[in-house]
Order: sequence, then structure tokens, then C-alpha cells
Amino acid sequence: MKYFYLIFSSLKRKKLRTSLTILSIMVAFILFGYLTAIRQAFDAGVEVAGADRLIVRHKVSLIQLLPQSYEAKIERIEGVDNAAHSTWFGGIYQEPKNFFAQMPVEPEELFDMYPEFIISDEHKAAWLETRTGVLVGRGLMDRFGWKVGDRIPINATIWTKKDGGRTWEFDLVAVYDGAEKGTDTSQFFIRYDFFDETRAGGQGLVGWYTVRVSDPDRAAEVAAAIDAEFANSAQETKAEPEGAFIQGFANQIGNIGFIIMSIMSAVFFTILLVAGNTMAYTVRERTNELAVLKAIGFTDRGVLGLVLGESLAITLVGGALGMGVAWLLVSMGDPTDGSFPVFYLPTFDLFLGLVLIVAMAFIAGIIPALQAQRLQIADALRR
Amino acid sequence: MTDSGTNDHLVKVSGVDKVFKRGSEVIHVLGGLDLEIPNGEFLALMGPSGSGKSTLLNLVGGLDRPSEGTVVVGGKRIDKLSDRKLAAWRARHVGLVFQFYNLMPVLSAQKNVELPLLLTKLSKAERKKRASIALDIVGLSHRNGHYPRQLSGGEQQRTGIARAIVTDPTLLLCDEPTGDLDRKSGDEILDLLQALNKEQGKTIIMVTHDIHAAARATRTLHLNKGQLSTEAVD
Repeated sequence: MKYFYLIFSSLKRKKLRTSLTILSIMVAFILFGYLTAIRQAFDAGVEVAGADRLIVRHKVSLIQLLPQSYEAKIERIEGVDNAAHSTWFGGIYQEPKNFFAQMPVEPEELFDMYPEFIISDEHKAAWLETRTGVLVGRGLMDRFGWKVGDRIPINATIWTKKDGGRTWEFDLVAVYDGAEKGTDTSQFFIRYDFFDETRAGGQGLVGWYTVRVSDPDRAAEVAAAIDAEFANSAQETKAEPEGAFIQGFANQIGNIGFIIMSIMSAVFFTILLVAGNTMAYTVRERTNELAVLKAIGFTDRGVLGLVLGESLAITLVGGALGMGVAWLLVSMGDPTDGSFPVFYLPTFDLFLGLVLIVAMAFIAGIIPALQAQRLQIADALRR
Repeated sequence: MTDSGTNDHLVKVSGVDKVFKRGSEVIHVLGGLDLEIPNGEFLALMGPSGSGKSTLLNLVGGLDRPSEGTVVVGGKRIDKLSDRKLAAWRARHVGLVFQFYNLMPVLSAQKNVELPLLLTKLSKAERKKRASIALDIVGLSHRNGHYPRQLSGGEQQRTGIARAIVTDPTLLLCDEPTGDLDRKSGDEILDLLQALNKEQGKTIIMVTHDIHAAARATRTLHLNKGQLSTEAVD
């Protein structure tokens, strides 16, 4: 503690240079925090995906449908606990930019398959009683300012109605919350019975199955058994863990994690050079002063510690400010107005930011600090 | 570590050689030098540039090590101490005064004087109190909040002396302490050093080119071509 004023006084020596370096580090950590939240938004589904859940889809592509009759066959396979189907509805609410996922499902299968969806008994009952009813995530409801009892019109892009109409009207009767911070609460669930009876075609066909296995350690084995069951049929399947399925969805845009990691690596490498340069100048300019410190009794390690302390002070101030600003920006919410239903800075990444700050301080400061440590007093005093 | 020396000699330098290498060139600065300095002496070291005055001062102060020979200060052989122990020894026993003051420009006079006390276990309040006393001794208590750039050369040097005496060392090493000052300020610094020697019993070794400054010392030695003598060599 008693050396703090010595460290902070040294940073005041070249105020402009110190400020610019802190600003550079701050920008790097704003980027780190914000890009981390974006990566998290893409990975959110993967992280909360159930280890005991598989997704079974058509082998050719997700848009190819599967027979509803597969459900019973899947449930008969050893190791399968339950199977529930979903279908992509793909409608538009008011205008295309208001994108969110809408899926017809069997309500009771959904309750059983997704324990992370928290729904009151009252809302469950209301949905089971209302054929045109929908179950909506809290995040989606807040996004559009909906409330229970509202009638929500959705224009179909895939599924026209038997009467030729494209506008489907649903009654908002139930709301779910997420058990975890990363649970997606931006979904809109339609009753399958109402959907199947009302759509113009495709009766008896569903989009994909979510399958719960009794032993997560046997998930790969069960997936293989499911694919084998439907091999050489008209609709062959591809079964994979839910996490891999969601990741595959995100990867349609590109390997987001790799892209973000590449950007952050480039930013951090550049900032490391800036911070390292600052520390190198700081030591070079103060050779004489560091020699005096040694002459009056500071040990080699003590001087090394002082220089590393200065490096840590600069990166800590810049890094903490950057993480703080990033946290504020992320707290302002989803920047895409709906594409990132889960958008937050995870606690783990806040700690990772702290580790990066310390690592940057060490890497930027260690060479100048070692030079300071090795200074020969008599030589340095003569300079 | 071998302890030797007698109580009446604070410093005993025996058979000291100091060799510097500059590329392939070998420079012999000191050769087989012997020196004894009694407790409480004010010694002036004179000699032409490059004669080895500062080198000798550095060896006695533990800032450098001899190529050959022994350096004993206060009964302790310091040339064989580890770097860490030597640093601790300097902090406890040696006060250094430099020609160009070497104050930290970002610290006030008070904080500059407190610097050596950071290496002790004294509380913040005690450090502040001792620094204030040291500044009072050198007549600068009214300037304790000023930064070096706000002080005259003489005041900066007095701050440097306050920093040197704040740990109450037995030995003060002064490398041309008046070399950067005008006559009046230089005389004030020499008055102060004389007072520290006579009133507080500090043993002082002062390197100087100035014969008037050397006249304030109790003994003057001349260093030429690595050898000491009592007579100046032309």
C-alpha cells in the first residue's frame, strides 16, 4: 500500500501519454466486453442446451419435413425417454424486421421436455383450454409490450390457411420465464392441433423432433440407433445433440466464435504493443531515478515490482473503465432489436476480463521491469 | 561473510583494484588502494576527472563492487554481501548526496525525503514526522509541499541532504554536492555538512573539485591514477 503513491505519482509524469495509453486499453476492453456479449448471444442456446436432449431432423435439410408418426417409433427405441415435435412457422408480426421464432408444439410435451421454462399452473391450464392460444416468452412479451389477453396477428410466409388466408390470429394466454439467465425467452409457441387443422397442407408432417434420452452418456449411441431406425426410408433422419444442432444454426452465419476471437486477438496484440511501448519509454526516461531508488536501498526485485505495478495500474484503470463502459452498453439491451434474445455479459467473462488485464500488465511490463531490475547503479548514475 | 576492522575506523579499504571493461579495452581505475577513515571524520576526496574518486565513493557506499580487495564499513565486509543484503545495508547505514540532487520530480520535497523510509516498517505518521524533522534540520520545513521544479538549486540540494539523513545513517557520501551550485548556495550546503559532521557526528566522505569546499573537511586526500596521497599531484 505504501508504494501506491510512488506508482501513481510516476504515472502523472507524462499525463498525456498515460491518458492516451489508458484510453487505448479502455477501447480494447470495451470491444472485448461488447464482442463477448455478442458471442454469448450466439452461443446462448448452445450453453443452455440440455445434455440429455437430441434433435432429430430430416437428413437432407431442416426444411424437409418428417412424418408425425416417427414420434411413436422414436419413443420405442431403447434409451429414449420422450420425444416431442416442433415445426417452423416462420410468420411475420407487423413487419419483417420484427423477427422471432414461432413454433407449433404439443403443449404437454413442451412442459415435459423443457423444465427450464417456468410457467404458472394457471397459464398452463389456460393454454390447454384455448386452441388458438399461444405461450410466449417474457422477453418477447416485453419487447412488443404485449399482455395476457392480447390477440396477436401473424402473417404466414409458409403456412397458408385452408381458407386461403395468410393471417393467423392467436390469443396470448400464457407466459414463460427462464430458469437460467441464458434461457431463451423470445419464443412464441402455437398449439399443434390448431395449427395442423387450420393449415392448407402438410397435415401429419412436422419439422423436427426433440428427444430426451434416459442416460446422457449414451446420447451418441441413441442418436445412431434413431438414424438406423429410419435408414433407407423415404425420410431418413439426422440425430444430433441439441447443443450441436443450435451451434450449426449459428454457424450458418459463420464461425462467430472464431471471427470474434480473431478480432479481439488483433485488438489485444495492438494494444499490448502500445502499452509495452509506453512502459519501455517510462523506464528508459527514468534510468537515473531508478538507479537512485536502488542506491538508497530499494532491492532489484523491489524496482521490478514498482515497474510492474505501474504497468498494472495503467492497464487496471484502462481495463476497468473499458469493462465498465462495455457493461453499461450491454445493459442497454439487444442492439439488433430482437435477433439477440439473450444479450448479457456473463460473470465468467467479467472475471476473464480481469485476468486479461493482469496478463496484459505483466506482458507489457515484464521486459522494461527486467531491464530496471538489472540496472547497475554506478553505471546508471553516470548516464 | 568475514567481519574485520576496528571500532575507531568506520571505513577500511584494503588492496582494492577496480577494473572496467569497455569492449576489448581494459581500464584500471583503482590499483591496490588502501584507505582508513575514522569514525566522525569529514574527508574530502580530490583529484582530476577520471582519477577514480566517484568509483571509490561507490565502493565504500556499496553501490559497486571491487575487482580485487576488501571493503569493510562499520565492521562489516560489504564487498561480499549479496545484492539483496547490500541493498538493505545501504538503506540502513548510508546516506547519499548527488551533484545533480537526483530528486523525484513528481514527488514533493516531503515525499522525496520520505522515500528511504518506505523501506522501513515505520507507520505513515512516523514516516511523515521523521521527514519533517529532516527537512527542519536542513531549514526547509516551510517548503515541504513544494516540488523540485519549484525549489532553487540550493533548496533542492538541501532536500537531497534531508533525504540522505532521514534514516540517521552513520556514513554520508557526497559526490560533488556543491558542483552545480553558485558560491553562496554552495557555502550553505557546506555549512550544513559541517554541522552534520560536528554536531551529529556523521562520518562524511565528499568528492569535490573545489579547493574551497575541501577546506571545510577535516582531512583531504588526493586521488591520482588510482592511488591516494595527501598531496595534490600536478
